[in-house]
Amino acid sequence: MKKDLLSIDDLSADEIYRVLETATAMREIGERPIKKVPTLRGKTVVNLFYEPSTRTRTSFEIAEKRLSADTLNIAVAASSVLKGETLADTAMNIEAMSPDMIVLRHSSSGAGHLLSRICRSRIINAGDGLHEHPTQALLDAFTIRQHKREIAGLKVAIIGDLMHSRVLRSNVLLLTKLGAHVFVSGPPTLVPRGIEQLGVTVAATIDEAVRDADVVMMLRIQQERMQGAYFPSLREYFNLFGMTEERVRRARRDVIIMHPGPMNRGVEIASEVADGPYSVILEQVANGVAVRMAVLYLLAGGVEHEAAA
Amino acid sequence: MPIVLDGDRIGRTLTRIAHEIFERSRGVEEIAFVGIQRRGVHLARRLAVLVGDIAKSEVPVGALDITLYRDDLMRHSIGAQPVVGQTNITFSIDDKRILLVDDVLYTGRTIRAALDALLEFGRPKSIQLVVLVDRGHRELPIKADYVGKNLPTSLSQSVQVRVMEVDGTDEVEIQE
Repeated sequence: MKKDLLSIDDLSADEIYRVLETATAMREIGERPIKKVPTLRGKTVVNLFYEPSTRTRTSFEIAEKRLSADTLNIAVAASSVLKGETLADTAMNIEAMSPDMIVLRHSSSGAGHLLSRICRSRIINAGDGLHEHPTQALLDAFTIRQHKREIAGLKVAIIGDLMHSRVLRSNVLLLTKLGAHVFVSGPPTLVPRGIEQLGVTVAATIDEAVRDADVVMMLRIQQERMQGAYFPSLREYFNLFGMTEERVRRARRDVIIMHPGPMNRGVEIASEVADGPYSVILEQVANGVAVRMAVLYLLAGGVEHEAAA
Repeated sequence: MPIVLDGDRIGRTLTRIAHEIFERSRGVEEIAFVGIQRRGVHLARRLAVLVGDIAKSEVPVGALDITLYRDDLMRHSIGAQPVVGQTNITFSIDDKRILLVDDVLYTGRTIRAALDALLEFGRPKSIQLVVLVDRGHRELPIKADYVGKNLPTSLSQSVQVRVMEVDGTDEVEIQE
């Protein structure tokens, strides 16, 4: 493993499998009466969140606590960022207190890379702007493997707001690296130009993307990141790109429906689908803790090839 | 390099240990085996079958991975973390007499970690240690209750235990 986890590109296919195998072992800890192991005892992990997050922050915090790390959460609303401090200054001040790892969520793409350059601590990217959200892609892969065993050869349809989605980018990098066929679909205004270069197929319609899919991944309409009108109305969006029971039927019979959360019910996904038998949305959340424990454990080790570098 | 135990000897050694366990246990209702990943797990499974056959009853077996409890984690700045194996103990260890099984007893540090790991699962009535080979050089005050073979070694040597389920053969070898 490299020093930091900023992008799925920091991981080789072997390292991705290593994370997923380790997560399998970590899952068992969550089923014990005492859900704690002493592995990261004496390590300090700072969760630095510049954007609102419930799932990811809670998931990281539970993962850190189950590994016995000392954790502290810095939420932007309560910090000196409001007093005008820059990200770099905040990071250097935290760094001065010698934490071992910093988990960073930030609205600017590349924020983790900035921290990586100025911090000795290990940096884990928990979502940076429109760029990446690597632990989400890892937990999605873990969830897919629970249902489909191997990722190579699967047809995965990713549908929705492709433009603003860091979940999309991390998932595409991971899934194509492991040999899945990724089809994407969304309103033309929300399909970034040149997305084919990532190795995905842009489907003309949602139905073409979903047909015979093994996995359907819905993306959230991120209204908070949209400046301007990308589609006429949420109702029209649902009619054209929402995942309904009728559309699910075009996929394979053993399809799984995924969503990174938080869901906009009745916008990108119908409630019957979100709560239906194909949905693995809550499994994704449960697996998130195990996968993040695996990442924390593996990153806490020595840096490979450091001596050679 | 010398093979100190072959498959036949290992089989007879395990049978002998199984009889000793049965003899000293007065009834097997309370006993359960827990093997330490990886090879200890397979030795534990075999012992559970052997003891079960003698007692004409089922003896529970679990698997314990001690990686996350090791005392040498993160002490070096270079090199990947050790691979974490599966822990799988499906029965309650409360009030059981646990027989902890490993292939080689050496410094005792693995057993220290195993005791810590195991006690997170409950409060057994007792824990006893079963090892196929005791090679000496303890660094902690730990002693096995059942030993397959005492094998005096030097620190420069290493002891390789191979089991059919993992390595395709049963043998114990000393390497210089």
